Amino acid sequence: MKENMEKEIRLMKGNEALAEAAIRAGMDAYFGYPITPQSEILEYLEEQSPKRNCVVLQTESELASINMIYGAAGAGARVMTSSSSPGISLMQEGISYIAAAELPCLLVNVVRGGPGLGTIQPSQGDYFQAVKGGGHGDYRLIVLAPATVQEMVDFVFEGFRLAEKYRNPALILADGALGQMMEKVELPAEGSLPKVVPAWATTGKTKDRERNVITTLHIQPEEMEAMNLRLEKKYAEMQCEVRYEEINTSDAEIILVAFGLSARISQKACDLAREKGIKAGIIRPMTLFPYPSNILAELAEKIDAFLVVEMNAGQMVEDVRLAVNGKVPVHFKGRKGGMIPTPEEILVEIEKIVIPKQVLQD
Amino acid sequence: MKENQNLDDMEIVFQKTEALTELNFHYCPGCGHGVAHRLLMEVVEEMGITEDTIGVAPVGCSVFAYQYMNIDMQEAAHGRATAVATGIKRVLPDKYVFTYQGDGDLAAIGTAETIHTVNRGENILIMFINNAIYGMTGGQMAPTTLEGMVTSTCPYGRDVKHVGSPLKMSDLVAQLGGACYVTRHIVHTPNGVRKLKKAIKNAFEYQKQKLGTSLIEVVTNCPSGWKLTPRETIDFIEEKMLPIYPLGDLKVPTNISKN
Ligand SMILES: Cc1ncc(C[n+]2csc(CCOP(=O)(O)OP(=O)(O)O)c2C)c(N)n1
Ligand code: SF4
Repeated sequence: MKENMEKEIRLMKGNEALAEAAIRAGMDAYFGYPITPQSEILEYLEEQSPKRNCVVLQTESELASINMIYGAAGAGARVMTSSSSPGISLMQEGISYIAAAELPCLLVNVVRGGPGLGTIQPSQGDYFQAVKGGGHGDYRLIVLAPATVQEMVDFVFEGFRLAEKYRNPALILADGALGQMMEKVELPAEGSLPKVVPAWATTGKTKDRERNVITTLHIQPEEMEAMNLRLEKKYAEMQCEVRYEEINTSDAEIILVAFGLSARISQKACDLAREKGIKAGIIRPMTLFPYPSNILAELAEKIDAFLVVEMNAGQMVEDVRLAVNGKVPVHFKGRKGGMIPTPEEILVEIEKIVIPKQVLQD
Repeated sequence: MKENQNLDDMEIVFQKTEALTELNFHYCPGCGHGVAHRLLMEVVEEMGITEDTIGVAPVGCSVFAYQYMNIDMQEAAHGRATAVATGIKRVLPDKYVFTYQGDGDLAAIGTAETIHTVNRGENILIMFINNAIYGMTGGQMAPTTLEGMVTSTCPYGRDVKHVGSPLKMSDLVAQLGGACYVTRHIVHTPNGVRKLKKAIKNAFEYQKQKLGTSLIEVVTNCPSGWKLTPRETIDFIEEKMLPIYPLGDLKVPTNISKN
């Protein structure tokens, strides 16, 4: 018996909130394989599926999961899979196929520290993999970076919406801390995201239409290039979907650029800096692809320096440097391997950049 | 033939099924893929299920199966066809779903997917084309390559001490709880063709009754990869392949409902 959920407020763990949001967003099927720190997504969905009218299947591997996603998305269903870093690596071939076949689906990476088996502690070390392609060939994912449990919920709806609008896989790039922390969330009502079975789906060829074929094979290079150009055009059109949060930038002399959990910690560091009279602001990219390069380029004309804060060895900082194009210095503060930076250690970095300038002026 | 002979007066004894497109097969002369395609799609047409059938093509010589089979199709990554089929079947449980895979696709790179799909008893048909070689990439050794058989990557003959013995995938999956129907066939004799067609029909019937996974192995040839004439490949199948891959049912369902 299907329950239809109304809008409600709950205290929830990030992973479970995301799973609940997926059902409310009208997800038809989920395929997944356990891995810490995101197994609660599969567990929650297995528990809910009998009463929520949603296919949930524990697979034999992430390789199987992503290819089931390909099949089910190709058959017109709204589908999601989730994993953490090593599992997402295993999916890369399939993700490339899904991007090439232009199938909408939602992928979730609750990132842990790497490389290798790494650690189960939170990290942002999969930024490159998420925004630069990850698998083989020229393709992009729509990448959303939540910073709160509420955004774990909201970006599920947004992810499905954008994936279907552009016929492109969307990825939520979270981290182990966001997956595990509990916060108050507002859950949208079930059925609030409209759904249509797409005309291109392989649902069985009826007499009134041509047969539908999902393929990624274009053996003639001319055809393949035409396909690449079409994808390129689509990725350019996605630029209008850029989203970011801007805090205290209007009078800022230094701007911190950070996403997800790093942005929350950077916010605290900025508050501490302001208490010390340093005019610090924040740009928090909410979409990592498309990337908010324009606002960074604009701000580069007005401020003295950027400080990029990440839980990795320096990945997004490259995109900030591309946007800023050498106009002002772009500094970097990173913690790696599952370590989380403290506001105080970020403040030390801010002071290293800003104080010497004030001393010079005095 | 006289020029004015009226075609309308002639009895049609064979026609290409409409479940195949008008495109000519690209397969090498004598290759078994074409016959297997035709039989599969003839059954789909005869059972009246073209509107309700979704096929999954592999990576291998039959990668273009979707160009010939006149139904909705998906082309999967190498080895992943049964996972793709699982995805389709789970969201469209009342449709007929099949995969069409070579031995490299199904028994090497896709071994895990094959075993787990059958073990779950996905209600699909797996068409398994065993030609003991990798046709598409130019005749390399497959898991099914016979002991001593020469291929481009075992130029001195398959040495089982070095690379293992021919993998009998059908025997393996017949042991699994989810397997409903596992059977081995040929396409190089008229009788073999008739039996295979019946087996395909059975498999779709069982799928309709949701009895579990059907796997039909077709022991066939690859004239180009084997570097034999089509005629010689038939002798090779009879003399070398069939002793290792004997014909017949490896598993039949016990709980068929008669309607
Ligand atoms: C991941 C990956 N590895 C390797 C290949 C190259 N490849 C394409 S087809 C094939 C073997 C196909 O052999 P088989 O499945 O026996 O089918 P056949 O061509 O004999 O019909 C290989 C190795 C590929 N496409 N993808
Ligand atoms: S290479 Fe072998 S399997 Fe492929 S089409 Fe030619 S004969 Fe058939």
